[in-house]
Amino acid sequence: MWVELLLLVLVVLVAVVIARLGDLFAAAMLTGIFSLLCAGLYTIMDAVDVAFTEAAVGAGITTVLFLGALGMTSTAERQQRFRWRPLLVVVLTGGALMWGTSDMPAFGDPAAPIHHHVEPEYLEGAASDIHVANVVTAVLASYRGYDTLGEVTVVFTAAVGVMLLLGRAAGGAARHWRRGADRSLGVSEGAAEPGELRDAPMLMREKPVLRVSVRLLIPFILLFALYVQAHGDFGPGGGFQAGVIFAAGLILFGLIFDPQAVARVFPPAVAETLIAVGVLLYGGTGVATLLLGGKFLDYDEFGLASGQHYGILAVELGVGIAVAATMVRLYFAFSALHPEDVVEPQ
Amino acid sequence: MSAPAMGGHWVTWMIVLVLLIGLYTLIAHDNLIKKIMGLNIFQSAVVLLYVSMGTVTGGTPPVLLEPTAGVTEPVLYSNPVPHVLMLTAIVVGVAITALALAIVVRIQGAYGTIEEDEIGAIEMRHDEAQSRA
Repeated sequence: MWVELLLLVLVVLVAVVIARLGDLFAAAMLTGIFSLLCAGLYTIMDAVDVAFTEAAVGAGITTVLFLGALGMTSTAERQQRFRWRPLLVVVLTGGALMWGTSDMPAFGDPAAPIHHHVEPEYLEGAASDIHVANVVTAVLASYRGYDTLGEVTVVFTAAVGVMLLLGRAAGGAARHWRRGADRSLGVSEGAAEPGELRDAPMLMREKPVLRVSVRLLIPFILLFALYVQAHGDFGPGGGFQAGVIFAAGLILFGLIFDPQAVARVFPPAVAETLIAVGVLLYGGTGVATLLLGGKFLDYDEFGLASGQHYGILAVELGVGIAVAATMVRLYFAFSALHPEDVVEPQ
Repeated sequence: MSAPAMGGHWVTWMIVLVLLIGLYTLIAHDNLIKKIMGLNIFQSAVVLLYVSMGTVTGGTPPVLLEPTAGVTEPVLYSNPVPHVLMLTAIVVGVAITALALAIVVRIQGAYGTIEEDEIGAIEMRHDEAQSRA
């Protein structure tokens, strides 16, 4: 239990520092460390799938989105004076929550009510009905597949919202945000305005260690993402995890080299299409089961022996495509790169 | 000195502490990006709470093991249900964070500031000018 205690203390300390730091750039970097510590806690609490997702999303993508937004706004928080009313609210909430914990089962108690309703059936059924070793995948894609379709739709909707808010058409003011975003997200000054002199101090891609190590890492990150995607039935993994890992690999490349370079292999227009393709693949699997005469997302219609495998494979692929495309498109939006700006190499 | 006890509520108390730090950042700070960071801390605390409730002492991750010869007693698995809920919540969370940040960027474009009280003051001056006209 020392490890849990150590990680929890570090999580609390990092949270306090994030709350107090006036330099938002440093605070954004600390949110990455905060997420990595959380991912460690999830691992030792046996939630390996959650840890996967948190490490890729929290320590990778969220931090990059914060940096992009800071580049378009400002990195300094104005001096915050102390306020007692919020503190009062927080103390009262904390008191109520602490009081509430007295009715909760102890940490790690196998007799807790949460372990005696629904969960035993899922553990049994994953082996006998779904034939999938990873119970998390069985519940996510089969037992509660309808919920997951809802989650993917939420991700889709949020991506549409960001594209509407930060697209070129919206306000037409993208140009003056750009300069700041270029500084924080590694776009060279010259790339935004062709013909302009490149006077950026020292680009990340000019640092040999970063350049070489990223080039070496990217293929393995992408390959690992595909492995996590395909292996979700048998071990930790699945569409959400694979999607964010794949996107994190591409975003890493964009950070070190140039978002333009990512946009050439993965154009924003393709990303936009793939977000919809992923959601349609998921929904289409449900419609296919309906057309075969079954219930929505009842994969047994694809054949009793391995129908569940086919169904889970299809919806997880839909999730993976939609999530990866969404994350890359969000990165483009926050690096102020627009579909019409992609320049072909000369 | 012995290791902290496995049972008890101290893990939950620590998580409540994280949640409160997030809540304070969310409601006491004027800077909108700082507020979103507070919201993220708050969300992580909720995820930690759910995951901690799924943990079983002596359990393993909920990936079913092949039966081993000679082992007769059933394997103890941690609860997979909170894991499913939280793993999707994290991905939805980053999408929501992106949407919130996009709105903040547009607020910066419209008001030239992302400090809540300054935005309020600009709105107030605007309303006064309108009522005078």
